[in-house]
Amino acid sequence: MEKTDKAVLMQGNEAIARGAVDAGINFFAGYPITPSTEITEFMSRELTKRGGVFLQMEDEIASIAAIIGASLAGAKSMTATSGPGISLMAEGIGYAKMIEQPCVVVNVMRGGPSTGLPTQPSQADIQQSRWASHGDAPAIVLYPASVLECYELTIRAVNLAEKYRTCVILLSDAMLGHMREPITMPDLNNVQIIDRIKPTIPPEWYKHYPDNPKYRAPLASFGDGYRFHVTGLAHDALGFPTTRPDEIKIMAERLNNKILQNHKDLVQVEIFGDEDARVAIFAAGITARAAKAAIKTAQQHGKKMLLVRPLTIWPFPDEAVTKYLSDKRMIIIPELSQGQLSHEVKRVLGVSKKTRRIVELQKVTGELISPEEILNSSREAH
Amino acid sequence: MKKIPQKEIHKYLRHNKKFPHVWCPGCSDGIILGATIRAVAEIGWEKDDCAMVSGIGCSSRMPVYVDFNTAHTLHGRALAYATGIKMAKPRLNVIVVTGDGDASAIGGNHLIHACRRNINLTVICINNNIYGMTGGQYSPTTPHGAKASTMPFGNIDNDFDLCKLTIGAGATFVARTTAYHATEMQSIIKAGFEHNGFAFIEVMAACPVIYGRWNKKGDAPAMMKEMKDQYIPLSVFDKLAPDEKMEKSPRGILKAVLEPEYSERYAELVKSLQSREGEKV
Repeated sequence: MEKTDKAVLMQGNEAIARGAVDAGINFFAGYPITPSTEITEFMSRELTKRGGVFLQMEDEIASIAAIIGASLAGAKSMTATSGPGISLMAEGIGYAKMIEQPCVVVNVMRGGPSTGLPTQPSQADIQQSRWASHGDAPAIVLYPASVLECYELTIRAVNLAEKYRTCVILLSDAMLGHMREPITMPDLNNVQIIDRIKPTIPPEWYKHYPDNPKYRAPLASFGDGYRFHVTGLAHDALGFPTTRPDEIKIMAERLNNKILQNHKDLVQVEIFGDEDARVAIFAAGITARAAKAAIKTAQQHGKKMLLVRPLTIWPFPDEAVTKYLSDKRMIIIPELSQGQLSHEVKRVLGVSKKTRRIVELQKVTGELISPEEILNSSREAH
Repeated sequence: MKKIPQKEIHKYLRHNKKFPHVWCPGCSDGIILGATIRAVAEIGWEKDDCAMVSGIGCSSRMPVYVDFNTAHTLHGRALAYATGIKMAKPRLNVIVVTGDGDASAIGGNHLIHACRRNINLTVICINNNIYGMTGGQYSPTTPHGAKASTMPFGNIDNDFDLCKLTIGAGATFVARTTAYHATEMQSIIKAGFEHNGFAFIEVMAACPVIYGRWNKKGDAPAMMKEMKDQYIPLSVFDKLAPDEKMEKSPRGILKAVLEPEYSERYAELVKSLQSREGEKV
């Protein structure tokens, strides 16, 4: 791809695919599903031309299995899907987390449950992305709000997957995926690309799951001369099944701590507008764009408003919510779901307080929330 | 068939770490593990170049015992994981160990599509006609009329013939053998390993503790003897009269043809695209 300073008109899904290729993704397996199919189609052309591997599998279960398998063999791998597909992938996502194998899953959200609204946007997989698999292991989930961010956060998703040895989910939605915006592609020379560290120690010293608080542990691949075992069963430091409570404790704590203890590295939040405003909006992805427009209009009328926008949905930005929203009189939470984001904000702030109102502005009809609707809901506070 | 000394076998096992194994007394899985390793030793593959991938079930516990690159994956999905491994690193010899339920019930879709692609994987499908790990529920290969914990009054389902299924789905190498015919099994697995394409090997196995008990089959030797009588060489089977065929099943290599292999076909596509790209410049 040629890099120029000139802006190019690009679709959100294409930006994700380009970001993936630039991040070093060299293996993609997927299954057709609206509204994510453009990512799969782009990869079928681009990866094949570049000598990577593209596979169209028989279903989404096979797609996630193939990318985890490829990752075991050393590839940087990704898949893309939407609602019904992400439901099918849930078990595989849990497996990738359990065996700590890097991979990236893109979920271009559409209305649900079930077949729902295949061509219309939704933000109703926020909680699904956190809890998809059975068992408890934390998630890393990113959610862009523009075509440029689709590109940037895809690279970040691949980097975080490699760094933390886990399955990272990148959320998008039908609107963001299909809309086009002029973007200026960043100079790749200035973009950090993270690859897993290859082990250099003799194979007999190699531990597939070492205890390393920083969690940049070397990761061997099949065929590298380090013959290791992976299993979805609870396992010891070498990867072999165990039922010993002391060994299981180490494993479970590692899965948890590698994410919980790295909030600073993982959590990204955008703060927009007036920090001293009495009214704040907490919104993510496509809905945050309407929030920004609402704030600009409010400011033109001399009114102050603040937007807190998580780019990292999970781990949830508890610290930023506390810091920026604790003292607000009114917090508007617009979202295309029945309270999946507001649930978290309420969890952090607590609900019952006379001096604070939380306004939940929810839409699950396949339509977007407009800036006017956000402004209307804020009117009471002014 | 080459005789492989016991010492040679130990080289391929994680014997000091992972034994004794989880299988029940009388289970055929150990015999099949032995034949598999002997076939690898006969070909002389390096351990670093071998990957063993399995799903979930009794047979799928096999990878933990072999000193290869090993993955114990999800129920039914071993073939999809193996496809990813093979396509990402085609130089690896990828062996898939699975069972009748794992391969043909929950994993049936992946099985037919792996056959269709003709990707160079060797599947050793250990068929004990039952779900052993979960305590004896009927599987797609539990014979019609046989009993299981979820068919206590006799199986009213029809059962799959896994070899016919995979032949129909386009597998280029299909064979059936039994735990009784251990030396024949070794040479059949070796032929499967050497086949450049999708190889499906159904190994009939005895599960005396669960299947045998439900169906009053006797102990392990009795079940082995039954396998010996029921599974006859294909050449003998072919000569039987139609009504005699109902009582017996063929064993041996049932299909072996050479067709373009998937990872090679993909590599050719990449090469042709890149040379075309070169021409443009």
